[in-house]
Amino acid sequence: MIRHLLSAADLDADNATLVLDTAAEMANLAGREVKKLPTLRGRTVVNLFYEDSTRTRISFEAAAKRLSADVINFSAKGSSVSKGESLKDTALTLQAMGADAVVIRHSASGAPHRLATWVDGSVLNAGDGTHEHPTQALLDAYTMRARLGRLDGLAVAIVGDVLHSRVARSNVLLLHTLGARVTLVGPPTLLPVGVDAWPAKTSYDLDAVLPDADVVMMLRVQRERMDDAYFPSVREYSRRYGLDAVRMRKLPEHAIVMHPGPMNRGMEISPDVADSPRSTIVEQVANGVSVRMAVLYLLLGGQHK
Amino acid sequence: MTTYLIKGAAIVDGSATDLLIRDGVVAAVGRDATGRGAEVIDADGLVALPGLVDLHTHLREPGREDAETVESGSRAAALGGYTAVCAMANTDPVADTAGVVEQVYRLGRAAGLVDVQPIGAVTVGLAGERLAELGAMATSAARVRIFSDDGHCVADPRLMRRALEYVKAFDGIVAQHAEEPRLTVGAQMHEGDVSARLGLTGWPAVAEEAIIARDALLAEHVGSRLHICHVSTAGSVEILRWAKQRGIRVTAEVTPHHLLLTDTRAESYDPVFKVNPPLRPSADVAALRAALAEGVIDVVATDHAPHAVEDKECEWGYARPGMLGLETALSVVRSVGLSWDAIATRLSRVPARIGGLTEHGQDPAPGVPANLTLVDPAATWTVDPAALASRSRNTPYAGMTLPARVVATFLRGSPTVLDGKAVR
Amino acid sequence: MGHPRTAGPAAGKTILTSAELARVVDRIAHQILEKTEGARDCALLGIPTRGVPLARRLAARIEAFEGNAVPAGVLDITLYRDDLRLRGTRALGPTSLPTDGIDARRVILVDDVLFSGRTVRAALDALKDLGRPRVVQLAVLVDRGHRELPIRADYVGKNIPTALTESVHVLLTEVDGLDEVRLEEKH
Repeated sequence: MIRHLLSAADLDADNATLVLDTAAEMANLAGREVKKLPTLRGRTVVNLFYEDSTRTRISFEAAAKRLSADVINFSAKGSSVSKGESLKDTALTLQAMGADAVVIRHSASGAPHRLATWVDGSVLNAGDGTHEHPTQALLDAYTMRARLGRLDGLAVAIVGDVLHSRVARSNVLLLHTLGARVTLVGPPTLLPVGVDAWPAKTSYDLDAVLPDADVVMMLRVQRERMDDAYFPSVREYSRRYGLDAVRMRKLPEHAIVMHPGPMNRGMEISPDVADSPRSTIVEQVANGVSVRMAVLYLLLGGQHK
Repeated sequence: MTTYLIKGAAIVDGSATDLLIRDGVVAAVGRDATGRGAEVIDADGLVALPGLVDLHTHLREPGREDAETVESGSRAAALGGYTAVCAMANTDPVADTAGVVEQVYRLGRAAGLVDVQPIGAVTVGLAGERLAELGAMATSAARVRIFSDDGHCVADPRLMRRALEYVKAFDGIVAQHAEEPRLTVGAQMHEGDVSARLGLTGWPAVAEEAIIARDALLAEHVGSRLHICHVSTAGSVEILRWAKQRGIRVTAEVTPHHLLLTDTRAESYDPVFKVNPPLRPSADVAALRAALAEGVIDVVATDHAPHAVEDKECEWGYARPGMLGLETALSVVRSVGLSWDAIATRLSRVPARIGGLTEHGQDPAPGVPANLTLVDPAATWTVDPAALASRSRNTPYAGMTLPARVVATFLRGSPTVLDGKAVR
Repeated sequence: MGHPRTAGPAAGKTILTSAELARVVDRIAHQILEKTEGARDCALLGIPTRGVPLARRLAARIEAFEGNAVPAGVLDITLYRDDLRLRGTRALGPTSLPTDGIDARRVILVDDVLFSGRTVRAALDALKDLGRPRVVQLAVLVDRGHRELPIRADYVGKNIPTALTESVHVLLTEVDGLDEVRLEEKH
């Protein structure tokens, strides 16, 4: 197994499948009376969060605690981090504390890669800038497999602000590795220059993509993007790229609707779609803990000292 | 003043000869070169080049003496084979007055390792709003001829036009940092496949090319000289070729790093590879090499940009752009295949002419100022950041083995480097 | 773990042949019947990899001898091991318990070889998180000695005195394609 999880590209098909299979076993534990496992007893997992993301932090924290690891939450607010301590100095502090794993969330793309050069423990990327969010992709893949029974050959449409989305980047890489066919859909301004090199198709027309999609994943679109002229107005965006009940009818009967959260209801997704039985949004959260347990176990369980 | 007899150096036409250096000038060349009491330097197998001239150096003094000083940068330059460097204006305070350019000039004289020729800012505080007192800098002791807001583009077309016109009064030249700022808001690296994958905001080639095209047309319109700093794209080369064919008085430089490194270096997220303009894909690198061979690009300039450790050992997005260059430039251009004659042309003769540095860029001949460098063409060396003379460590070539090593450098007849070591 | 063991002709000394192994399994089944009043309230839990088919065989033999069905499940102990740091991560196996659970039952853990006792310790820890059996017992095909923990088996197929330089290989048709127990010198 790999030492760090910095990018979804770090996982080949065998390792990615191992994570998903392990997560499935971890999910079985969720139904037990005693949910805690002794597996990572004596190991220290640091959640180093430079960005507010309560849901991701809690998910990693729950995962680490269920495996009996000691969890230290190191958040940028109210710590030396906000007083201008450099990432490197923070890394050296964590190193001195004997962190076996550092889960890092950072607004700068590549911050986890830098951290990995300064600490001995495993580094898990919990979202870096506009780069990647590999555990989100793993839990998305897990959710798709759980709902639809397979990943190989699935048609997945990822819709919205691909340019700024770490979720999209990780999903494209992981889903391609696992044999799914990805189509990226959005206004041309929100698809990056260079997207042609990705293992995915692109489209500007959501209505044309929906009838053949097994999965449609709606990305969060920040209203502020409007100010930078990525699109003219919220109304126009949601009319062209939002998923509402009318548009959802174009999907095949079995297709599911995903969203990495947090949602902008009424922008990229309408409330009735978000709350429909096709939506996996709540499952995604639950699956997040199982997937993160699997990743922590596989990265840390086998760490040779 | 010691007299030196350099024996057996190959001059750029390839023949081995002797050079007598006395009283700051080349006193004799060839069989005539004998001097009683001269200190003999065995230059068998070495190449003698006119001392290198850098049109684009950041010395960081005043303001960031922790990153570089005029003296440490001068030493790095001498070790790299340079006898003159043009110091960019983006210091703190900005070199936008006669006072600051004279300070830098005097610090350069005091260090005495290379001629430090200050570049003056085009606009006050590099803010791109009002012209700095260009005339006062031109007539100061520093005799400034090159003006640049480097680090920033003179983006306002009207202001750029005025600057181009105004410097004609004292045969000045505006060196433009070509970057349309509205197209590079938040930019971190070349916009293309790699930036898309790495999730780093892209710096599109068009942001450079649009400014070069605009400024070439402006220079034509007002009949001025224009110099383009650190050209980095194939598209820029096309525009420059067109401008030169049209007779526009435009010159251009390329950096060693843009001739060797590509944007894939960013995959490490190590900001030692973050630079402005950014490293480009291999097609651009190939076009830049061809343009230099063809003469569409006139010179190689280092854009030596020292940065303190804390400005580089951090997240890519927070790091300052720029890389060291003075001590590696010669070896890097050699590694990409430049002949010794091409090196003499692109790193000495032409930059000296563009910068108006009349004492530099001359091949050794009786009577010319003895500014020259001796290079061991057969040597190779491995770049060790800690062994560099610069105060900073941000070389992108760490660990690389490069060809050719400077053995000695003479500034007006005095050695600044001997046996590959700075004399002081 | 989980892969068939190589069965070259020169690989060590045969301790139990296929027929002997079958007799040993029968004997353990009889012992269980004797000591548990006909295997009443029993559940057999095999420890992967080879404890699982052994548990199934024991259940089948018990049923053949007495006619009563004994549930046989699987107890994966990977997440309870104390040697993760030394031996690295392994893929998790499924755990399957009898449908009506293990509470108040007599649980008999089944494994192929009893050695240091650490596997059994991990199994006891895992069991504790799954329910509260009335009694927990241990059945092993081979006890090779060298215990590192105060653990002993209630049902032993064969005691094999070994040196630490030796290793005991239990081969089972379900996993390895043949039935045999071998003693080999470690490489």
